[in-house]
Amino acid sequence: MLKMASSFPEEVLEHVFSFLQSDGDRNSISMVCKSWYEIERWCRRRIFVGNCYAVSPRILIRRFPDVRSITLKGKPHFADFNLVPEGWGGYVYPWIVALASAYPWLEEIRLKRMVVTDESLELIAKSFKNFKLLVLSSCEGFSTDGLASIAANCRNLQELDLHESDVEDLSGRWLSHFPDTYTSLVSLNIACLGSEVSFSALERLVGRCPNLRSLRLHRAVPLDRLSNLLHRAPQLVELGTGAYSAELRPDVLSNLSSALSACRELKSLSGFWDVVPTYLPAVYSICPGLTSLNLSYAIIQSPDLIKLVSQCPNLQRLWVLDYIEDVGLDALAVSCKDLRELRVFPSDPFVLEANVSLTEQGLISVSEGCPKLQSVLYFCRQMSNEALITIARNQPNFTCFRLCIIEPRTPDYLTLEPLDVGFGAIVEHCKDLTRLSVSGLLTDRAFEYIGTYGKKLEMLSLAFAGDSDLGLHHVLSGCDNLRKLEIRDCPFGDKALLANAAKLETMRSLWMSSCSVSYGACKLLGQKLPRLNVEVIDERGHPASRPESLPVEKLYIYRSVAGPRFDMPNFVWTMDENSALRLT
Amino acid sequence: MYRQPAQTSKLLPSKRVVTHRPHVPSPHWLFPGVQVSGELKSSMKRGFVETVDLDNHELGGQVEVGDGQWEAASTSTTAAAVKAPTAKSQVVGWPPVRSTRKKALDLKKSSSKYVKVGADGAPYLRKVDLEMYKSYEELLTALEQMFTSFTISGKYMEQNKKQRQALLVNGILVDECNHYVVTYEDKDGDWLLVGDVPWKMFKESCKRIRLMKSSEAALHPDHI
Repeated sequence: MLKMASSFPEEVLEHVFSFLQSDGDRNSISMVCKSWYEIERWCRRRIFVGNCYAVSPRILIRRFPDVRSITLKGKPHFADFNLVPEGWGGYVYPWIVALASAYPWLEEIRLKRMVVTDESLELIAKSFKNFKLLVLSSCEGFSTDGLASIAANCRNLQELDLHESDVEDLSGRWLSHFPDTYTSLVSLNIACLGSEVSFSALERLVGRCPNLRSLRLHRAVPLDRLSNLLHRAPQLVELGTGAYSAELRPDVLSNLSSALSACRELKSLSGFWDVVPTYLPAVYSICPGLTSLNLSYAIIQSPDLIKLVSQCPNLQRLWVLDYIEDVGLDALAVSCKDLRELRVFPSDPFVLEANVSLTEQGLISVSEGCPKLQSVLYFCRQMSNEALITIARNQPNFTCFRLCIIEPRTPDYLTLEPLDVGFGAIVEHCKDLTRLSVSGLLTDRAFEYIGTYGKKLEMLSLAFAGDSDLGLHHVLSGCDNLRKLEIRDCPFGDKALLANAAKLETMRSLWMSSCSVSYGACKLLGQKLPRLNVEVIDERGHPASRPESLPVEKLYIYRSVAGPRFDMPNFVWTMDENSALRLT
Repeated sequence: MYRQPAQTSKLLPSKRVVTHRPHVPSPHWLFPGVQVSGELKSSMKRGFVETVDLDNHELGGQVEVGDGQWEAASTSTTAAAVKAPTAKSQVVGWPPVRSTRKKALDLKKSSSKYVKVGADGAPYLRKVDLEMYKSYEELLTALEQMFTSFTISGKYMEQNKKQRQALLVNGILVDECNHYVVTYEDKDGDWLLVGDVPWKMFKESCKRIRLMKSSEAALHPDHI
């Protein structure tokens, strides 16, 4: 075996390896033998770090000397819903410093839920001569000044995507920092910004970048400006409008219609803030070509929504508010047979009474009518076991099923029973399900089903569910492929966690907040499992100042080869063998 | 497998009518920190977990936990009976809607109501959006911050919180040397003391606000 491996010159093996891009395959190759490990590590160019605290920059750089693209993820998913306190961590600056000195040829940085400062952005702008791509997804900590550095210095930048980041918007002047000689823009997403930018600067930028494919504007760009931009970029494939409103003038609609109809490559539409329905017909001409439509910020009533989706036979992805109602989803089921992904967001999530006529029926229709539907996110106010069973039978192809019944612990509205059987049907029929979020009234039985059938589940989100540790035990012992588990407000305590402690090392992370895990159990886990970081988050002060049996507020456990981190705020503690000795 | 302690099933019957009262309009998830977990009367033996009959299932055998070095962690409870409806604060992060989304929709829906605010001794008027506040206390705290000479020192705030609350409620701001009376002009053109009517009613009828030095307030013709 060894003879065979060494008989191929390195260059040949490298060439063969270049056909394998997935991390899983690359990891497998590198375990064949020492020489393959060596060759592979020198030619791996793309790195994905699912948890920035699972590995250190130093360890990464030591193994992979020539990286061109890196993805880093920081805060746990529940940070999106304000469950992770401000200051928890996820700072990218130390990474940028290390990457700047190790990888001068780095081209791509993708960050998710990380704290990015202007300083970090400046360092990126100055350090990587061939920098091409910056994606900041749900990040925070930077301002438009940092963006100005990127615009001014990255001569070869192709993609700048601020996807849903929280940016301190000081002014729109940053956009004017792109030099006149800069022409390489391919994708720009500034939808999350607030301040007005110079429209003429924007028009000039768009006009001089012939490769521009994706442009997502922000709310401050009114509709009458959109036509000018579109005239300069008829090659666009993805468009995010700004505010979809303007003063009612006769020419706005006609200008917009003709500008849009000239964009023959357009496949994706988003934006649509402040919609004035009179202007909706402007998009009709491009509807037949659309594969993706994001109307989740658009306040449009169901009749207009129906008119719109009925003209989109090639739609694969729809994000929409619950204004679409059951009747709109019925229309969707009839018109959009190629639908793969549906997300229905709540228009008024904080009122008890339904403000729209959207029920389980809409989801049933879509599951019946759209044979390729794989991914669902659905907010509603009522559900039944019967409906869930029907949905599961209609659509066994679900890979992602996220149901949010708005009031916690809502039972089956027909029988007042828990929804155990319904979710059981989902996991039983959908054998390829990799992501599941449950809601409504659920007992430990639901988790028994999930543990029994959810063999391919990788990510599971639980809230206000279960009766006892048995529920958590079912999940931890049954779901063989579980990588991320996030739990809030469930009566799960020490027993299940301690009994399945070894399982935690096979997962990326576990989040538990407002549950019943005691400080004592956390300490135990931290002491016994050195390859886990067991972080206790408690804003009431160090848990040692209270009895050990009392539950901690929040708990975040993740595997790591980097050991405990040192950038924690004063309400986060890592449990390890020293935690008993460490001072508060 | 686990033994499901008897207490648990008693406290949490499968019908769960206890926690869900369909006829009560105020949503119980508006209660902060509600946990309806049972009292897990622990007794996990060292290194072992007892077997359990799971309803109809028979799961035999005992499962050894770890290497026997696990201490019996005394499982705690998370207290909390269901609190009476407060209908005030919402549960953090529920429903799971991202704040960017919430903000974007809120901006569209809520109106703003800007009113001018003047203060004796301040050369410029200010403006506040009454829709930003949910109570008199919030408004007066904001006014306090706006007119910085009225800022109450930290020491004062700590020691005299109650007194300060009382003052705020009665529409009086205090600084080191003056008492200011917070007054407003209503739809009818009359000047009234802030704090008498319910917040919502105030919001609707208020046209402008004035902070008057109390010494002068007494002398103001409209106040006689």
